[in-house]
Formats: sequence, structure tokens, C-alpha cells
Amino acid sequence: MAKYIIRRVLIALIVLFGITVIDFLIMSLLGNPIEILSGGPKVSDAMLARRAESMGLDQPVIVQYLNWLKAVMHGDFGYSYTDYQPVSNQIVSHLGPTLILTVSALVLSLIIAVAGGIYSAVHVHSKGDYVIVTLSFIGQSVPGFFLALLLIYIFAVRLGWVPASGMRELGTDTEGVSVAHLILPCVTLAVSMAGRNIRYIRSAMLEILNRDYLRAAEARGIGKRRVIWKHALRNALIPILTVTGMEIPGLFGGSVIIEQVFSWPGIGLLTVNAVLTRDYPVIMAVCLLSAVVVLVANLLLDILYAVVDPTVRLT
Amino acid sequence: MEESYFRSVLRRFRYHRAGVVSFWVVVVMMVLAVAAPLIVPYSPDAINEEFSAAPSVAHWLGTDQIGRDVLSRLLYGMRTSLLIGVSATLISTVIGVALGLLAGYLGGAADQIIMRFTDMVMSFPYILLILVAGVIFRPGLVSMILILGFVDWPGVARLVRGDVLSLKKRDFVTSSRIAGMPGSYIMFSDILPNTMGDILVFATTVMATSILDEAALSFLGLGVQPPTASLGNMLNGAGSVTVLTDMPWLWLSPGIAIILLVVCVNFVGDALRDALDPAMVK
Repeated sequence: MAKYIIRRVLIALIVLFGITVIDFLIMSLLGNPIEILSGGPKVSDAMLARRAESMGLDQPVIVQYLNWLKAVMHGDFGYSYTDYQPVSNQIVSHLGPTLILTVSALVLSLIIAVAGGIYSAVHVHSKGDYVIVTLSFIGQSVPGFFLALLLIYIFAVRLGWVPASGMRELGTDTEGVSVAHLILPCVTLAVSMAGRNIRYIRSAMLEILNRDYLRAAEARGIGKRRVIWKHALRNALIPILTVTGMEIPGLFGGSVIIEQVFSWPGIGLLTVNAVLTRDYPVIMAVCLLSAVVVLVANLLLDILYAVVDPTVRLT
Repeated sequence: MEESYFRSVLRRFRYHRAGVVSFWVVVVMMVLAVAAPLIVPYSPDAINEEFSAAPSVAHWLGTDQIGRDVLSRLLYGMRTSLLIGVSATLISTVIGVALGLLAGYLGGAADQIIMRFTDMVMSFPYILLILVAGVIFRPGLVSMILILGFVDWPGVARLVRGDVLSLKKRDFVTSSRIAGMPGSYIMFSDILPNTMGDILVFATTVMATSILDEAALSFLGLGVQPPTASLGNMLNGAGSVTVLTDMPWLWLSPGIAIILLVVCVNFVGDALRDALDPAMVK
């Protein structure tokens, strides 16, 4: 077990190193920050050269990379080109809303996918199964932003049940997130995730239900309901873990567009605005951080797998 | 022998009703898209007399804010979206298959390097890579195809590598090796044909996501640029409240076209998976 974990951590460290190199290379490709900052022809070359020197841009690329890496490890991602605030401050202030949105959507989608998947597997080839599978295909195929527009049109504009954008009522002193504001973006995000995962859980569950020990349990007369709850569900934990792991990289990406449509003040909105205003330090910091989050999440999942399923450790 | 395998796949494909219907829907949409210049009632860029007109006999799906016929733009948009979906899928499949074959067949250090690189690309959230690429390259049709093509390959690479690893241990590959067949023969004549089914099924998924990604990016204004119509940038206007509430025909039709296209591609993929899976033989 220890050997397995060490191996995984080492691989993750190598990948992490690669990620920082790619991130830095992309940033260099994007252009020279001096030209971007100088913003016009009026600045003399001597001034630019002095500025470049003070930013360490006259040094070889490898030295620049090492300096950048050192700063990043201290949480220093430089300054935003648009409002001159430290990028780390911006990220910290936008992180909370994104976490609330993505975690609630992930939980909601898991509830839908597990309930739907198990129902479908237990009632396989029934009308209900057919409906659920078809709905899952549709859920998976609807573009998130279009579903968002549709939900806003129906529930915010026509029915007026919930607000269409933002995180809380404007002009009030309340802090935090209002549940009414959370509903639409959370549902939008959860639908496409659940659509992807229902069929996965369904087929995993079907396989489990056909295994001999469950047939034996059923033959002993324990009753279908108890067989499912006591024996099958425990074995379904692994596919549920897999599904969660597969969603983590996509979670962030999916929320980028949803946050934009709902003006949800999270990392996604920050990123799209940064892309539109070419605010490179912000873009690259978000890229790096999200890649690290994905990496760590995958690492933890690999280890969790090994805990749940001992045969994994051998590979 | 070859013929009968193909026939049995076809027979099992036909068994999947939704798959067959979807297949024909995709074919019809492709024909409409290819034939768009011949069948559109108006030029997609022509400005007509009525602005923001509701659907009528003259304009079946209405006109947009500057008086262009929505139906004509929809057909041209489908042309753009399908072109991007198909080309991006081709590029990423070729890259993924090549890297996956190399990693799986060579093994050892080459495998480690290729797969760690795949891990790195996979760690960056997909949409962020596309957004960043959109910043570096000027947004447009060709750069959209290249960006999606060069970002989509890691899944294919992993799949092919896994297939190669399991096929390598099979007797017919070992016998080729003992017979002294060159590596290229084993790779392209023994291994590749046997992974084709999986690749084909995966390609439908890649195509579906490419179409969705194009739509999302163009919706944000970072993808295909107007006046070229794409299903995504036709939805762009719906960000404003007046369009959203008062002109639903402007955003409903392209949205429904995207859903129809992607649902059908996904169903075809599902039917193919069933048809190609030997365990499903009934």
C-alpha cells in the first residue's frame, strides 16, 4: 500500500512539474509583458529596458522560469493588468462562490445519477428505464448555456419564481449566497453531469446485480430491497467514486460558462473577463491552480480506489 | 469472413431503434448543411426589409436584429458547426491514435513520456485550454478546428494505449512476432484493425463534445466570428434580456438544432457500441 502511494505521488510530482513548464511556456507565448504594459509608443526604449530589468525579463528563460516558480510557490502570481491588484487576492475572493456552486451541483448530480441509475438497473428494460436512459442522453447533449437560457426564460422571466443572475440581492447588506440565486445555476450544471453519469451507474449496477453472490442473497429470500440496499449499494461505491473523479476536471470548465451566463461572481467569471481583456497573469494563475486541483483530486481518488478495492494496488 | 462480421455489426446496429433514426437524422442534417448554398431561401448575409420579425410565410424562422433570414443562417450555421465537429474529430483522433499506438506498442520509457504528457494535458481543464488557445490564435473557423483538434486527443490516446496493451498479449500478435513480421506490420495490420471499433465509438463522443464546445465558445464571442454563422454565435444575442424575452425565435431554433445534432450523434455512438461489442451478441 505504502509503495503504491509513493509511486502515485512521484508520478503526480512529475506531472506537476510538466504543468508548471507548460503554463510558463504558454505565458511566454502570449507575449512580452513589457509591450503589453507600456501601452503605447510614447515610452522611451531606455525606460522599457529599465523596466524589463526590474522585472527580470533580461535574464535567460530558464532563470525567468525559476524566479517565476519561486514566486508562485510563495503564492505570488503577479499583478492583474486591468486593476493592478495582486492576482492571488482576486482568486481568493472569487474562490468561495465557485466552490459553493460546483460542490452543490456535484452533490445534486450525484443524487440524481445514483437514484436514476439504480432505478434503471433494478427495473431494466421497463418503460421507466427507457425514459431515464433517453433523458440522460438529452441531458448530456444540451449545451449548458442553452439550458441556462431556457431556465432563465421559463423560471425567471415568465414565471418570476427565482432571480436570473447574481449571487444575492443587490443593494442589501446581506453577506453570502442566497439559495434562490443558487437554484438555477446549480440545476443547470447538475443536469449535464447527471446525464453523463446515469448510464454509467446503471451499467455498473447491472453488472453488480448479476453477480453470483447477489443472486445467492436473493435466493436465500432476503428480499430484493434489502439485497440492493445492504449488498449492491456497497459495491456500487467504486463506480460512484469513478464518476466523481471523472467530473472534477470538467466541473471547473463547465462552471466557467454557467457563471458567465448567470453573472455568478466566481473563478469562471473572473477567467472569462480576464480572457476578454487579455489579462494574462490572471488567466495563467487560474490555469495553473485548476490543473493542480485536478491533479490532487486524481491522486486522492487513486489512493481511495486502493483503499476500497485491494486489487488496484497490484497494478 | 470479413463480410459476415460487417453484416453482423450492421444487423445489431439496426436492432438499436433510436440509433437508426438518429443515424438518418444526422445524414439529413449533413446533406442540408452541404447543400445549404443551393437550398437557402435568402443569402445568409442579405439584409431584408423587416428587422427582428417573428416567423412568417416569407421568413419561416423570422429575421434577426439586422434583418437577416434566420432559417438561411441556421442552415449555414449547421454547415459551420458540422465542419468544425468533423474536422476537429479527425485531427484529434489521428493524433490520439498515433500517440496511443506508440505508447502501447513501444512501452518502457516512450510509454512513460507519452502518457505523462497526456496526463499533463488532461490536468488542465479542457475549456481553459481552449480559452487560452483562443487568446493566442485569432478566433475564427480554422483556428477553432485546430484548437479543438489539438485539445481533444488525450482520451483517444489513453483508450488506444489500453487496447494495444491487451492486444499485445493475444496469441495472434505473438504468432506474428514469432513469424518475424516487422513492427509496422504488427502495429497496422494486427493491432490497429482490432481497435477500430473502440476508436469509432469514441470518435462519436469527441464529435459531440466538439460541437458543444464550438457552440459554447462562439456563444461567448471567442469562437467563430460573425458575419460567418455558426450554431453557437447565433445564440450570442440571447445574452441580452430583450432578445431573450421578446424574440425567442432567434435563440430557440439554433439551440434546438444543436441539441438535435448532439443527441443524434450520441445515440449513433451508443448503437455502434452495442453493435461492435461481441458480448452483446444475441
